[in-house]
Amino acid sequence: MSEALVRIEGVSKSFGAFQAVKNVSLEIEKGEIFSLLGGSGCGKTTLLRMLAGFEAPTQGRIFIDGVDMAAVPPWERPVHMMFQSYALFPHMTVEKNIGYGLKHEAMSSADRAARVREMLDLVQLTPFATRKPHQISGGQRQRVALARALARQPKLLLLDEPLAALDKKLREHTQFELMSIQERTGVTFIVVTHDQEEAMTLSDRIAVMDQGVVRQVGRPGAVYEFPNSKFVANFLGSINAFEATVSAIGAQITVDVPALGQTVQARAVGGVSVGQSVTMALRPEKITIHRTPVEGANVLAGEIKDLAYFGKDSLYRVALPSGALVSVHAVNAARASDDERLADWYDKVWLSFDAASVLLLTD
Amino acid sequence: MIARWFHRRGWSDMVIGLPYLWLLIFFLIPFLIVVGMSFATRTSTAPPFGFGGENPLINLTGYARLFTDTLYIRAFVTSLTNAAGAMVLCLLIGYPMALGLTRVDRGWRNILLMLVILPFWTSFLLRVYAWMGLMGSNSWFNKLLTGAWNWLVPQAWDVANVPLMHTNFAVVLVMVYTYLPFMILPLYANLERLDPTLDEAAMDLGSRPFAVFRDVTLPQSIPGIIAGGMLVFIPAAGELVIPTLVGDSSAPMIGRVISDEFSSARDWPMASAVAVALLILMVGPMMIYARFDARAQARERAE
Repeated sequence: MSEALVRIEGVSKSFGAFQAVKNVSLEIEKGEIFSLLGGSGCGKTTLLRMLAGFEAPTQGRIFIDGVDMAAVPPWERPVHMMFQSYALFPHMTVEKNIGYGLKHEAMSSADRAARVREMLDLVQLTPFATRKPHQISGGQRQRVALARALARQPKLLLLDEPLAALDKKLREHTQFELMSIQERTGVTFIVVTHDQEEAMTLSDRIAVMDQGVVRQVGRPGAVYEFPNSKFVANFLGSINAFEATVSAIGAQITVDVPALGQTVQARAVGGVSVGQSVTMALRPEKITIHRTPVEGANVLAGEIKDLAYFGKDSLYRVALPSGALVSVHAVNAARASDDERLADWYDKVWLSFDAASVLLLTD
Repeated sequence: MIARWFHRRGWSDMVIGLPYLWLLIFFLIPFLIVVGMSFATRTSTAPPFGFGGENPLINLTGYARLFTDTLYIRAFVTSLTNAAGAMVLCLLIGYPMALGLTRVDRGWRNILLMLVILPFWTSFLLRVYAWMGLMGSNSWFNKLLTGAWNWLVPQAWDVANVPLMHTNFAVVLVMVYTYLPFMILPLYANLERLDPTLDEAAMDLGSRPFAVFRDVTLPQSIPGIIAGGMLVFIPAAGELVIPTLVGDSSAPMIGRVISDEFSSARDWPMASAVAVALLILMVGPMMIYARFDARAQARERAE
């Protein structure tokens, strides 16, 4: 395997008594879009600022392209950053903003102008070249910031909440644009975001962070379907989680779930033993809702307590006889009129799910 | 009825109107009187000027003398060079101080800002007298400087004392001391509003700290520089007290000339002509300032 582009080795950062980043180790491959995902104060931005060189790690080392960055100031790093606020220079035109980094390159002014034109073309801002940042829209500013950061062909581009300042419609469009630009330029992206959907759609890999610690790293699908902890399961999407005890291990694992008042069958996994306490977790969309009784091991009977209709899908909260509430997410595949919904308030329903969908979390 | 009038346009009209009324009564009307006087003829009556009668209705001799009499030309040149010198020195001293103020933490910042305006708590005249005491030939300060000079240079250049008092240097020095807060405060207000992430962005794009200052901080602080510069230059050019007390009386500044013409020479028309000329000289820079200010405000509104 080739050497990773970025290698973070046991990096910690403290501000006084507060430890923002705790012993983080990560490897980021060349050409990937890697997301640091977490809530505010989880240390993701601090980690990004350490990569850019604005903060020095209290402990640990950062290598970019095999070079130890400890003694390299921000202006000499092969890394550029797209700031959350975009940080465009208000006194310079779009063109000058994009060309700013090129002033430090040994290139002729004709080459420099050609490169600026190329970048303007890449982000489709050629007609706005001579405008000042305050004369263009938020979405256009975002693209200027991207073009400015890409102009010097960095090995690594850091994006701090790149889509946070855009409205919902523009955000979706820009997401795909970012991905296509990344594909065309081949630059490695590290994206900091608090938005799990953004991280899922953009990234090749995600690192979920919490309180300065990386909780899980993996492809979006892997992190979503196989979270290693209750925190990760909860942070990426929603989840039904109940305390459980392993009661038998055979072809499948049987867990006793007191809150549900019954046992649940789960697909066999390693690392659990009979009698162990685990968390039984189930994604709401992995549950099927029935209006007539069904047979099987993983069936729960209950009554609809609450429902939220979103148009394309609905969220049900089903109360079990034990008092526990289970969330169920169902796609409204059939077109129902108002009086014949899939299920209505206080309807008696049966819930079924596969053993393979059941997660047993030990953390 | 009245209550409603107050609610709608009344208050805003009054709030905007009052300062204008003030300026009209205490600035524009007296100024028009001065302009009128500048075209009068000097007489031995009281008040010592007159129009018409045996005198011409419009007498331009005052303005003509401005361009022919070297006293006035020299006074204008001295005023403008002293004021420009004070402005440049204030900028050179004040800019790093203002920038430094934006970089210290909040608690210290308020204390340091207080220190900047602290000199205003003592009488201006008292502070000028203190400088006179310091600069006088027999002061410990002057003796210290003289000693240092005589120790540093060859014996042939030795002096009995360093000539500080009654020089243009003394005028500029005291003006810098007096007007420095007027440079620091607008500069600080300007620099404090700048976004520090812009500095990081420039650094990230390959600029060393000096280049960051030159490309990002300095261009954005031009409105502050102009505001501070005007606030120092305009009062310094018309300064009367400082040149009278510490200046070279053989090379007076314009404020001194106006004062002398009014009081000892009792040539009110001439004094008025000099005052009008000074005002015209000041209007140019003030218009530059107003233009920058308007442009900066337009930009802020757009953001």
